[in-house]
Amino acid sequence: MGARELLQAEAAKRILITDGAFGTAIQNWKLDEAAYAGTLGLSHDQKGNNDILGLTKPEVVASIHRAYFEAGADIAETNTFSANRISQADYGAEHLVREINVESARLARGIADEFAAKDGRPRFVAGALGPTNKTLSLSPEVNDPGYREIEFDFLKDVYREQIDALVEGGVDFILVETVFDTLNAKAAVMAAMEAANDLGRDLPIMMSMTLTDLSGRNLSGHTVEAFWHAIRHARPVTIGLNCSFGAQQLRPHVKTLSAICDTLIMVYPNAGLPNELGEYDELPETTAGLVGEWAEQGQVNVLGGCCGSTPDHIRAIAEAVRNLPPRAIPTPEVRTRLAGLEPFTMAA
Amino acid sequence: MSLDKAASSTSFVNIGERTNVTGSARFKKLVMAGDYAAAVEVALQQVEAGAQVLDVNMDEGLLDAHEAMTTFLKLIQAEPDIARIPVMVDSSKWDVIEAGLKCVSGKPIVNSISMKEGEAQFLAHARKCMNYGAAVVVMAFDEVGQADTKERKVEICERAYKLLVGIGFPPEDIIFDPNVFAVATGIEEHNNYGVDFIEACREIKARCPHVHISGGLSNLSFSFRGNETVRKAMHSVFLYHAIPAGMDMAIVNAGQLDVYDQIETELRTACEDVILNRDPDAGERLVALAERFRGTDAVAEKQAAEWRSYPVAKRLEHALVKGIDAHVVDDTEEMRAATEAAGGRPIEVIEGPLMDGMNVVGDLFGSGKMFLPQVVKSARVMKKAVAHLIPFIEAEKDLLPESQRKAKGKIVMATVKGDVHDIGKNIVGVVLQCNGYDVIDLGVMVPWSQILQAANENQADMIGLSGLITPSLDEMVTVAEEMARADMTMPLLIGGATTSKVHTALRIDPAYDGPVIHVLDASRAVGVASRLLSDTQCEDFVAETAAEYVALRDARAGKTQSELLGLAEARSRAFPADFAEKPAPPLKPGLHVYESWSLAELRDYIDWTPFFRAWELHGNYPAILEDDVVGDSARSLFADAQAMLDRIVAEKWLTARGVCGLWPCRREGDDIALERPDGGDPVVLPFLRQQVKKSRDRANYCLADFIDPAGDWMGGFAVGIHGLDAHSARFQADKDDYSDILLKALADRFAEAFAERLHQHVRTDLWGYAPGEQLTNLALIKEQYRGIRPAPGYPACPDHSLKPMLFDLLDAQTNVGLELTESFAMFPTAAVSGFYFAHPQAAYFGVARIGRDQLEDYAARRGVELSTAERWLRPNLD
Repeated sequence: MGARELLQAEAAKRILITDGAFGTAIQNWKLDEAAYAGTLGLSHDQKGNNDILGLTKPEVVASIHRAYFEAGADIAETNTFSANRISQADYGAEHLVREINVESARLARGIADEFAAKDGRPRFVAGALGPTNKTLSLSPEVNDPGYREIEFDFLKDVYREQIDALVEGGVDFILVETVFDTLNAKAAVMAAMEAANDLGRDLPIMMSMTLTDLSGRNLSGHTVEAFWHAIRHARPVTIGLNCSFGAQQLRPHVKTLSAICDTLIMVYPNAGLPNELGEYDELPETTAGLVGEWAEQGQVNVLGGCCGSTPDHIRAIAEAVRNLPPRAIPTPEVRTRLAGLEPFTMAA
Repeated sequence: MSLDKAASSTSFVNIGERTNVTGSARFKKLVMAGDYAAAVEVALQQVEAGAQVLDVNMDEGLLDAHEAMTTFLKLIQAEPDIARIPVMVDSSKWDVIEAGLKCVSGKPIVNSISMKEGEAQFLAHARKCMNYGAAVVVMAFDEVGQADTKERKVEICERAYKLLVGIGFPPEDIIFDPNVFAVATGIEEHNNYGVDFIEACREIKARCPHVHISGGLSNLSFSFRGNETVRKAMHSVFLYHAIPAGMDMAIVNAGQLDVYDQIETELRTACEDVILNRDPDAGERLVALAERFRGTDAVAEKQAAEWRSYPVAKRLEHALVKGIDAHVVDDTEEMRAATEAAGGRPIEVIEGPLMDGMNVVGDLFGSGKMFLPQVVKSARVMKKAVAHLIPFIEAEKDLLPESQRKAKGKIVMATVKGDVHDIGKNIVGVVLQCNGYDVIDLGVMVPWSQILQAANENQADMIGLSGLITPSLDEMVTVAEEMARADMTMPLLIGGATTSKVHTALRIDPAYDGPVIHVLDASRAVGVASRLLSDTQCEDFVAETAAEYVALRDARAGKTQSELLGLAEARSRAFPADFAEKPAPPLKPGLHVYESWSLAELRDYIDWTPFFRAWELHGNYPAILEDDVVGDSARSLFADAQAMLDRIVAEKWLTARGVCGLWPCRREGDDIALERPDGGDPVVLPFLRQQVKKSRDRANYCLADFIDPAGDWMGGFAVGIHGLDAHSARFQADKDDYSDILLKALADRFAEAFAERLHQHVRTDLWGYAPGEQLTNLALIKEQYRGIRPAPGYPACPDHSLKPMLFDLLDAQTNVGLELTESFAMFPTAAVSGFYFAHPQAAYFGVARIGRDQLEDYAARRGVELSTAERWLRPNLD
């Protein structure tokens, strides 16, 4: 059984749990520049390059993975959100992209297998692909709307490099997350589909959009339904939302996706909205109560946390949904579903 | 857009073709010149004109198609109003298509791929399309060539279908283009091309599940280049036959289609003979006939362009009269600059040419040569012109001691507290504005205190009140009383569907010492306002009206009213329904909730006659479209309504939510007691009985008469149309009252259509007492079915206060998102609620006047104070 089928089989039994934030967890370690940089001899200041810790402080990353598995997570996301050539260039570490991804994937894989061996429950590893800080849909120059900082093929190659390394390290899924630009996501999908073709096997994609306004659009302007139409060809094993706002604000959009998508729904919101100091202070039971409502309404298959969430949040969520049935996957009618920024469905 | 009837009633997708260099000379010129800003404007116009998909094609020999495609696509991605809809990346060169796909997010369509270069390349391209997430147009083209006959078209498409499905291509993402070829070319082999296409459509749809069929129409009429009249007719006739056969998309300029029914009969028959290849001489006949139509289009075009060469003041007038807003800002600016150069002030542009133009409009309207929809369009042009001038006028105000704008008068308008209906009020507001009045519109649900305050603060010349539901009549009396208490003297205008001259004379006029005038409809508003503000006419007009109202009151007081029976006697004359005929219990009792009923379906259930009435165009649909007097206006309004409906449906502007319930019940006197599913105390619905003495042996009806005391069933429903606000706000921001009013009127029609459709669903399915019912929309409108659905607040059941009970039973707030105001108006306003009675003898009637005895009895049955019941039932009391 491939990873896709195994995840689907587990998800048919119960609501699965993915992990929570890494950034906030790493901050708690109060690492200094030297700790980040290790002995790699890089020219740039590495403080804040969380992804490099997979090479320089693997024990920190490992302890966070363990904490989430102990809290009840079924899925670990690799600490590779910014481990791509574009983002690592800011730290002068683009030549380490492959190594970071391979090592981070191996680390997560090892711990996942260790926990699975303990209780016989499968654990999964999702290789995280962030959106990069560049966008294919928008011009950074206000006066030149036709200008683009990067091109599709370049971004596709950037993603391909990361995907190949994650696969080498043993991930089960490619998680395209925090999608603020739908065209960026389409480049990632293309890269993953080509990688799967070259591997000669299924490489399941997980897809997670982030919203930038309360009406339910991402930065490139797509509504959640248009987004689903735009990436459905990826045959994602999960689709959903992460980051954005707190669970409270995501509610209507989770409902929308849940009703239309014929695949698993995965949602991992922030722990509320940041307070005046920019800190997340939503209590674990509050988050759990909010996402628990989705579960009660049969709208979700996988739950977890994003910015501000901690192992306590994940534990509270796991507790809250333990005995609730997972969402049943709907069978939508066969229709031609196109999209601009908004969905367009043709009649049969 | 005047899409063919078949095109508008099916799910036909029209694809904008003006951003195609091979289809639009103008677009080609712009792109060749590198004027991408103007080229983007063309795309925007296409979207605004109702294109559902935007075709982009840059295949021009002298153009770097690759560069032009990517540049243009990136630019339109930056325009949310364009990027809203899917793109069709159109090129005969694969590398141009692929370059385009790299710039388009969302899910586009590729146009096109084919087996021209063999299977391997076809599948390689198809796989790429799949990986980019695109649907694809497949041309009926193989290694041998383009398919011409029906057999070849079907064979190639089926082969392509099997190959595509074989590699996992989703069948619903396949669109076949089976090649539209030119007919009437004089070459005999071409005669059957139309038939081949149409028949192939049918066969392809049958053999290849889920696919769509598209085609480019312009080829068809290639022989008639330069003769737009004939080309348009051919395209319309072709679609009329191809759409039912399965064609569901076309690259077409929607504005260049005729309404099938309106094509001149001889021309239509000739086109039909050619397209359907009815006889060998058909082509020659059409060619001969075509001569007669040559140039008619050119004349019209010349006329259309000619007005652009008029002097600017004349151009403004033309734009206002014709309601054309395309150039109005430029023309206004030109006028303003000219006025300034001559030492004038910007306000003079309004007072001079713009008001002159509006006066022409006003005169035409006043003399019945122009109708309301056109006037509202003119107002849109006026508003845009004024909006352009406002900043200049504001800037000037700093220099002047005070605003010297000379409006004819200032009117504060409002829909009264408890009421949310504003279509009529908005129409009156627009008409007054068109005629130079300052209108301060306070909106809906406005309490009297706010109305008085606004009138005083703005030193208004008069107040206009509007309302649609009967409780609003009382609220208008309250406003009048408060105006009297505040010692105001300004005129009070009364309008709205339930208002009447009699009510105004009897109830409102006595409450206020200043002039009170009932305004029958929007066309009277200007006459009333201008007379009230005229130094010479005001006094007489006020005196005349007051005398008229006194006369009405006297007549009423002296009138021998029809005799009322005592309540006991009226009850003894109840309608004796035959309960052997009562309906069987429902197949599906209980509550049924519909989150989003198909608007595409409801569209076919619309009753258009009231729609035209809302625009003060009187006559029955469809005869009104051919009416000698208002026909032109009605057709134009109807075309605009259809175009907006296309968008409402395609872009899901609105959501139709509804709930209905079917409950066991029994009659108890004039009450109906509904059993609760939980076995709690029954819900008692009190109804009113006719008390007016009837001639001979006609019964004194009450709705309870249709229910068996020994046990029976009844139902209730509520439907509402949601989603109006965002679009309404958009239109208002764009100063487009016309579209705003149009949208609201259509939403009302959808609510009524939904009530009709839901009732049918109840009869045929949920209750199921008429499973085999087969009625046309006309028969539905004429209520040729069994059972009735009286609504609270309407004649058979005049008490609006039953709505909260009905809403509780249905949990309408949760299930349909409907709220009730304190006067029991439903919000959103496009909503209908009522009860279902299924007895074959159930019929509508009016309760009309009732006696004090029934009022007292009713108050006791409802458990409310006599004064409360009196307020609720005022329209039915003396």
